[in-house]
Amino acid sequence: MTHASIEKTGVIRALGLLSGGLDSTLAARLLLEQGIEVGCVNFHTGFCIQSHTSAIRNPKPGAPPPRHDALHAAQSLGVKLHMVDISSDYVRIVTDPKHGYGKNLNPCLDCKIFMVAKAWAMAKELGYHFIFSGEVLGQRPMSQRRDTFPVIDREAGVKGWLLRPLTALRMPETEPEKMGWVDRSRLEGFNGRGRKPQMALAKKLAITDYPSPAGGCCFLTDENYTRKLRDLWAYRNNRDYSMEDILLLKAGRHIRPAPHFKLMIGRDQSENLFLSGFRKGRMTIQTKNTPGPLTLVEGEITAAEDRLLACRIAARYSKGKDLPTVQLTVDDGNVTEVVEVTPLPAHELPDHWHV
Amino acid sequence: MSDYDLEVDARGLLCPLPILKSDQAMTTLPTQGKICVLATDPGIERDLPAWCAVNGHILVSMTQQGRHWRAIVEKGS
Repeated sequence: MTHASIEKTGVIRALGLLSGGLDSTLAARLLLEQGIEVGCVNFHTGFCIQSHTSAIRNPKPGAPPPRHDALHAAQSLGVKLHMVDISSDYVRIVTDPKHGYGKNLNPCLDCKIFMVAKAWAMAKELGYHFIFSGEVLGQRPMSQRRDTFPVIDREAGVKGWLLRPLTALRMPETEPEKMGWVDRSRLEGFNGRGRKPQMALAKKLAITDYPSPAGGCCFLTDENYTRKLRDLWAYRNNRDYSMEDILLLKAGRHIRPAPHFKLMIGRDQSENLFLSGFRKGRMTIQTKNTPGPLTLVEGEITAAEDRLLACRIAARYSKGKDLPTVQLTVDDGNVTEVVEVTPLPAHELPDHWHV
Repeated sequence: MSDYDLEVDARGLLCPLPILKSDQAMTTLPTQGKICVLATDPGIERDLPAWCAVNGHILVSMTQQGRHWRAIVEKGS
């Protein structure tokens, strides 16, 4: 769609990056209030924290089922949502970010540039006239700063065509504002990490159903998760990963007794079920005569002493941890055998084995 | 005779993959075509109705047995 289409139809169309959090929802609403036709896009990177933990673990009694926030925000806003899987292309952003990582393995600036460029390409393809985001100046330490906004705009090739409605009054005018498509006086000038102005605006616009801002939205900002990812890279000697790798890092207790193998042990029934979907190609250990978790073995263990140690650790996390011996079924994909071992006592499991 | 045209087996997949797979499957069907979605992610319970609402599809049925969900969705116009 070209600018001529606006002259012909009078319809201005904007595509927004929608996480489903309060900021992106408000940004979309501000444009809808101006009569702009809004569509949104949500990208799946594989690292979305949202709902995964609650989907993998046993649900808390009475807790509502997890949900995809962007989908529900789009439903509330009454807008089209394009859900796009970018997980394959995203690997290079995680493994080799041009602008480096934040506090953990979060490549926030590269991620934002990548997503904005994708959204702009989609906008052009789908006939949207400009794109927008819910970014607020000073809200995030790596990607939402006065000096990084121009970097995002330049490197994503979207200079002047990315509107940030919540912080627009603190930024130079964008093309949609200059063209008169967007009324700048009806945009906001929010700044900083505080949430009060957003919450006040939400109240004014009668937006009540939005997720808590706490907790972040990406596993790459999570210290525990990134420690496991670093461990994976270190022992594999390269920084690639598969979708299966990054899913497995989200579940279970991870214990590495030796460089060449790691155990992933379910922490509840729901995690055991989740891990059981990843049996293929891995040795599994399951308690036989007492309730216990499913253990997946990552790596090759052929030596008898390694297998014994893996079984003793698995037994330690079973209900039989205080019994003299526990029976386990070990399945390496070809042969299934039953073994009986003494559970490893706590003092023989050093802290540094826990990944 | 089955009550759907295409099965989307999303068992073992986490949110949003069951929805993404359903979305992809829908693109191959004509209006009123039906998919059967099988999922184990509890998010499906709230996400599938929302996805249907956003895209104009009709949620014909959704049943749950333990951690397994089965839903029939009809493509909207």
